[in-house]
Amino acid sequence: MGSGIPGWFNRRGWRDLIIAVPYLWLVLLFLVPFLIVLAMSVATRTPTQPPFGYGGENPWINLEGYARLFTDTLYLRSFLISLVNAGVATILCLLIGYPMALGLTRVGPGWRGILLMLVILPFWTSFLLRVYAWMGLMGRNSWFNGLLTDLHNLLTPETWAITHVPMMHSNFAVVLVMVYTYLPFMILPLYANLERLDRTLDEAATDLGSRPFRVFLDVTLPQSVPGIIAGGLLVFIPAAGELVIPTLVGDARMPMIGRVISDEFSAARDWPMASSVAVVLLVLMVGPTLLFARYSGRAEGAEPMETPR
Amino acid sequence: MPGDGFIEIDGVSKFFGTFPAVRDVSLTMARGECFALLGASGCGKTTLLRMLAGFEEPTAGRIRIDGQDMTGVPPWERPVHMMFQSYALFPHMSVAKNVGYGLKHESMGRAERAARVAEMLDLVQMTGFEDRKPHQLSGGQRQRVALARALARQPKVLLLDEPLAALDKKLREATQFELMAIQARTKVNFVIVTHDQEEAMTLSDRLAVMHQGTVLQVGRAGDVYENPGSRYVAGFLGTVSQFAGRVGAVTDGMVALEVPDFAATVQVTSPLAPLLPGETLTLALRPEKVRLTRERPAGGNAVPGTVRDLAYFGKDSLYRITLPSGALISVHAVNASRGAQAPDWDDEVWVGFDAGAGILLRD
Repeated sequence: MGSGIPGWFNRRGWRDLIIAVPYLWLVLLFLVPFLIVLAMSVATRTPTQPPFGYGGENPWINLEGYARLFTDTLYLRSFLISLVNAGVATILCLLIGYPMALGLTRVGPGWRGILLMLVILPFWTSFLLRVYAWMGLMGRNSWFNGLLTDLHNLLTPETWAITHVPMMHSNFAVVLVMVYTYLPFMILPLYANLERLDRTLDEAATDLGSRPFRVFLDVTLPQSVPGIIAGGLLVFIPAAGELVIPTLVGDARMPMIGRVISDEFSAARDWPMASSVAVVLLVLMVGPTLLFARYSGRAEGAEPMETPR
Repeated sequence: MPGDGFIEIDGVSKFFGTFPAVRDVSLTMARGECFALLGASGCGKTTLLRMLAGFEEPTAGRIRIDGQDMTGVPPWERPVHMMFQSYALFPHMSVAKNVGYGLKHESMGRAERAARVAEMLDLVQMTGFEDRKPHQLSGGQRQRVALARALARQPKVLLLDEPLAALDKKLREATQFELMAIQARTKVNFVIVTHDQEEAMTLSDRLAVMHQGTVLQVGRAGDVYENPGSRYVAGFLGTVSQFAGRVGAVTDGMVALEVPDFAATVQVTSPLAPLLPGETLTLALRPEKVRLTRERPAGGNAVPGTVRDLAYFGKDSLYRITLPSGALISVHAVNASRGAQAPDWDDEVWVGFDAGAGILLRD
């Protein structure tokens, strides 16, 4: 009666157990690995296996990695390239994804299902395959590149003639493929947000003298800010740390930060340095997420606007 | 050709696909009039309202407001504003921003706009709530803000979609009188859509009863209530007991009607003419137009019955009396005397009514 594990279970039932599972998951698969990386970032590089160590002739806490981060321009430049590439990709995703998400809310239920399916459809093909497909398209000998080249030569004076459009191995290619890859992550949260909005409000604004575009600016856009932020974070955060896309289609002289981390880990075998970069990247990404949490918390507070029936 | 009405709805029909939501409706409303469109859900009243607002275009016919043809005029250019049933306040804007929203399109200065917002909030007694957000207001307060917002641009016509439906009973009565006062002050034409007969009768100067997309009857609430033109209108506006009867002798406006449910022939007056002997008509009796007595009344028509149901409300009671045929008739009784022994369940009673109490209906 009320003692031991059965007693605890009777008192608390399944509730604590169910709540515990996701927390356990987060602790085991996020917090513990992060602490390991944090610990590694203050270790010293050694020619041992694993290639880092503490104590002995090495200091217990070695901040050399962090110091190099701010002195060696390679790292600062990579951070900057990553942020700019991810930022441009996020803005483009928003500009392309917003009309698509809004369109999804304005079509009939039949079409909506089909169009939503089309948004998700690319996920059914391997990500790598899709990047390779883009490589094929952008390559200088592809029909696509040929088409663009011919178009360019047709429309511009002869002295500007080119043999191909240089698309591959550039930041342009990186942003293009990132936009393509991450677009659904922008559309889906935006759609979820826009779909919940009360269309009567649009009618009210129209009734009060606003033309459709004005209605969009005054009513739809402000109410979709939480969706824009959610979609923006879902695109920006993975895009900033992207490794595969810049490796395959990017310019090797303009590495993004994911590439730097990867190189430090594998090629340079400098785990403390790689860990330092990873920790700083995480801290940079946590900032905007916290901002979003605060904003959406505020928006939730303003949410209970139940429609009387 | 333009008539003399302020709002003229001229032969308007609206089809959704092949479904006729509104069928050939013609209505004329005078300047400053408060008009109610009354009907059950799906009768076309909301569609008609949306056509006035400009959210729907009529399939046929035209609407004129103050002499101006509204055909092809988009909602944002119409001198018509709507108070939505859900109020449709902008959740991300303060009360003042909501009320001032329509004024953005007027060429007026900031100070003038602020003054108008203050004036409107004063009109609906919401001064002091300028900086609140809609979610911080009660239902009644939201409605006031919605009303202020719709009136701020000084529309020629204010459309009210079920204005009292979302309020509780106490608030309804207060709001009802307030709406009437505001209408009297602003002299804006009100067009009210409602399924609630009380709402329609108290708020409007005239009302139109709609059914299946058509207008069945138009008139002052009292006229339509006392002289319904059809069984549907009689039943929709108030409570009524209806009995089929066969016309017998017609003398001097007095009709002898043989009513099988009464197992008797009753004498009723009727404006219906000509009445053909042998014709089957409907006799409609309102509960408050008939009397309940223990003894057979001396004059007028009388039918015996048994008390089947009795609802006691305090100031009055509603009886349901079983007639010899088994049919039921509703009788309203005012509990005017304290000592009197009112008829109780299963009591034998007489239902009496005058010749002019009932209404004869052909359809």
